Amino acid sequence: MPQLSRDTRHAISFTLNGKATSGHAEPRMLLSDFLVHELGMTSVHVGCEHGVCGACTLRIDGTVSRACLTFAVQVDGKRVDTVESLSPEEGGLSDLQKSFRRNHGLQCGYCTPGILMSLDAYLEENPKPSEAELRDMLSGHLCRCTGYVNIVRAVMEHVGNSP
Amino acid sequence: MKPSPFDYIRAASVLEALHGLAAAGDDARILAGGLSLVPMLNFRLVEPSVLIDISGIADLDYIRQDDGIVEIGAAARQSALERWDGIADRLPLVHAAFPHIGHYQTRSRGTVCGSVAHSDPSSELPLCLATLGGEVVLRSAAGERRVAAKDFQTGMLTTSKRGDELVSAVRFPAAAPGSGYAFAEMAQRRGDFAIVALAAAASADRIRLGVGGVADRPAVREWEALEGDALDDALNAFAWDLGGYDDVHASARYRRELVRRLGRNVIEEARSCRS
Repeated sequence: MPQLSRDTRHAISFTLNGKATSGHAEPRMLLSDFLVHELGMTSVHVGCEHGVCGACTLRIDGTVSRACLTFAVQVDGKRVDTVESLSPEEGGLSDLQKSFRRNHGLQCGYCTPGILMSLDAYLEENPKPSEAELRDMLSGHLCRCTGYVNIVRAVMEHVGNSP
Repeated sequence: MKPSPFDYIRAASVLEALHGLAAAGDDARILAGGLSLVPMLNFRLVEPSVLIDISGIADLDYIRQDDGIVEIGAAARQSALERWDGIADRLPLVHAAFPHIGHYQTRSRGTVCGSVAHSDPSSELPLCLATLGGEVVLRSAAGERRVAAKDFQTGMLTTSKRGDELVSAVRFPAAAPGSGYAFAEMAQRRGDFAIVALAAAASADRIRLGVGGVADRPAVREWEALEGDALDDALNAFAWDLGGYDDVHASARYRRELVRRLGRNVIEEARSCRS
């Protein structure tokens, strides 16, 4: 049974947005800090650091996760997807992202990558949510700019339901 | 907002986790989903020397029924129970509580057993377990024991679990024929910590009400099938016994009033869905 000691940086290898990636981290290093400070993934936004605000939300082996409640050593051997994974192969924005742009579904944009990653998973399970279902899901993200109105509008337009 | 240093063990089996606990005892903490533990680590409310990660132990990732019991293993996510085929039929109370349990983004990783082990007095899953008269399965290198939910949680964030024990499963009694169940909660916003949470079970001749968020642990009371003023009197006595506390979200008086009003509503709703 391997025990990773607290005062050593341990090698971690995982798949980040489809690419093999590696780095080193002490056990206590949060995945959010690891991605931002070690790998320069500045799309992972750190807000509350206790799982409430949702800004750091990403997918680990497909599961929606708070990066601030995950340790970097936990993703060894796993697949991690951040908002960059949403871009189509030829580059640019995904259809959902384009809808966010058209509907002005963000102001400062701090909450946006986390919301997009939640939606990426949620819309796979529930491709045509009602507005009530969508708002319930969005309650796991804090947006202090928009009042959620344009975020809801962007998603509803994307899924083909009028709000 | 960063944890103190700790050693990390990714346990590959239950035995490995139990050996790790036996070696480190009270200095170790079990990590499953991390939704309750990691905020406490980040705030440095707990500073264990070892974290034992059980999230990858396949033997603990199960939901199974047998003999009127639904047993949920320690690695099973809340979202797995939420999507379980039998949830509406076998555990209608938990099914009704699910929309109030955290958020889509936290249920995806948080575990059922982790919520019970954490024992927040306002958490929905410990309240459901206590109201239904469920059990907690505790395993250590020395063996296994089962503890009734009412004896497991002993106060705010405290339980009768020993330092060398793992909450390996929780056991919910499945819905009884002829009984109805209902859940209600008052919170600032959906998914926030409950100011008051209520769980009710009603059969032909008994009613049972569980209350979370008022005392330091879920409180459960059972009566014969009271009606009208007799039910109001019973709820009033229950509210006063619970006492409640003042905090930034609500006064003790408001909490007691919620027990009376929502308690009555949730009991009536449980009666109306008796099968």
